[in-house]
Amino acid sequence: MKKIEAIIQPSKLEEVKQALIGIGVDGMTAIEVRGHGRQKGHKEIYRGHEYVVDLLPKLKLEIVVADSRVEEVVETLMRAARTGRIGDGKIFISHVEDAIRIRNADRGEAAL
Amino acid sequence: MDSFAVVLLSPEVAAAGDLTGRLEALERALSAAQSSADNAWMLTSAALVLLMTGPGLALFYGGLVRRKNVLATMMHSFILMAVASVLWAVVGYSLAFGGSGRFLGDLRFAFLSAVGNELQGTIPHATFVVYQLMFAIITPALISGAFAERIKFSAMLLFTALWSLLVYYPLAHMVWGPGGILNAFADGRIPCLDFAGGTVVHVSSGVSALVCALYLGKRLGYPSEAMKPHNLVMSVTGACLLWVGWFGFNAGSALAASRQAASAFLATQLGAAAATLGWMLAEWLKSGKPSMLGAITGAVAGLVAITPASGFVRPMPALVIGFAAGVLCFYMVAVVKHRLGYDDSLDAFGVHGVGGTVGAILTGIFATRAVVDPTSERAFGWVDGNPVQVLYQLAGTAVAWVLAAAGTVVSLKICDRVVGVRVEPEHEIQGLDLSLHGEEAYSYET
Repeated sequence: MKKIEAIIQPSKLEEVKQALIGIGVDGMTAIEVRGHGRQKGHKEIYRGHEYVVDLLPKLKLEIVVADSRVEEVVETLMRAARTGRIGDGKIFISHVEDAIRIRNADRGEAAL
Repeated sequence: MDSFAVVLLSPEVAAAGDLTGRLEALERALSAAQSSADNAWMLTSAALVLLMTGPGLALFYGGLVRRKNVLATMMHSFILMAVASVLWAVVGYSLAFGGSGRFLGDLRFAFLSAVGNELQGTIPHATFVVYQLMFAIITPALISGAFAERIKFSAMLLFTALWSLLVYYPLAHMVWGPGGILNAFADGRIPCLDFAGGTVVHVSSGVSALVCALYLGKRLGYPSEAMKPHNLVMSVTGACLLWVGWFGFNAGSALAASRQAASAFLATQLGAAAATLGWMLAEWLKSGKPSMLGAITGAVAGLVAITPASGFVRPMPALVIGFAAGVLCFYMVAVVKHRLGYDDSLDAFGVHGVGGTVGAILTGIFATRAVVDPTSERAFGWVDGNPVQVLYQLAGTAVAWVLAAAGTVVSLKICDRVVGVRVEPEHEIQGLDLSLHGEEAYSYET
């Protein structure tokens, strides 16, 4: 199993979600986060006082899937989350040791 | 004339036998009708002025602070609705409006004894007391913008009580009280025109705010840490309520539902409008973007500046006063403050001190009998051919500056001795909502 963490533009959530549901991804977790990569922040001015906001609001989606589905999910994510502009986000993939469904103690891919 | 016809037809007049009796009954009925009309407007105005403090100012200031201090900041405004009212009933009203001293009233109305529903002019005495009370509430509440996010609650309570006694009651008496030295309508030695509180409310609170900001020092982390407003939607809502309430503040200061009240109402609207545009344009030119925060701050600056002038000026001067205040207050808040480096958290000085001073001086130029009473012989401002009025305005403003600064220093020193003014650094970092009041504004668990 692999965990796919996708950091995306918050405005892209709905599109990404629909695309993932479309390819049959059963579960996902969305977390509101702040951060930046190569995209630097922006400037805000309140009554002449300048603030540089360098941690921008982003959305992190966590999806755990069977190894065989990773490429398909990544492609879908890239297609739905991409605007082509700086700040579109990143995808990280890592290995998942095990998964357990709390309700009935299913384990491994059966718990996904 | 409609009310006159009603009076003529009233059974009371018809029943009063002879001509003299009928005339007397007619006069009584007429003055009762006028009194009712004036009283209705003045009670409405009193409620409008209270609306300026809570929710108006509480929302305006509350939105500008960080989320950890929003309740403590709103508490400043709200608790003054209680503290200033009690103080007003005990001694405040009497010290401000009792007797005919030059600098301070006496205790003839202490505990509001001898205050009932008897008429003062055309309105009941009680109406006058409660209307003026609303001004005594909002004035110290305005100062709270300067010490927000770092003052102890106990110190704030003590400070505002002392400040009311040392600054507000004397100044209100000098400008508006019988025999007051700055009273332009009771033979004051320095006749200073202040229709609705340019010096009494805004210069006094604004200058006191500056002194408080200097005395308390900067907030921890200012200016390197981000201290941006946590909720501008609150501030916009608050500013709109301030704007609406200000009609009671200015047009109500005619103390009657009169023609002067109507022109004050119009001048208030125009002053706020011109200042909104003035601030917005200045900000747009300097910073590149017209901000919502800028627009509402400009509106408040214009409302401040038109306050002393509202019942004395024609519509076009109202636009000039508003526009000047919008531009100057922007420059003060966005440029000068940062150069001087003091931390007036919510810009009470930049808006109220500067706007009030600008308005007070321009009142001396633009005040005209045409608005007050076209049949009067009296020359009001420079436009009436009375340039010396500008000097009186400067003198009156100077008195307000000095009294406010001195009274604030004394009040702060006493507070420092008794309870200590500033919160502990760890409390400031934690936020005053939790450390002083034991609660949080926004709960994420529920």
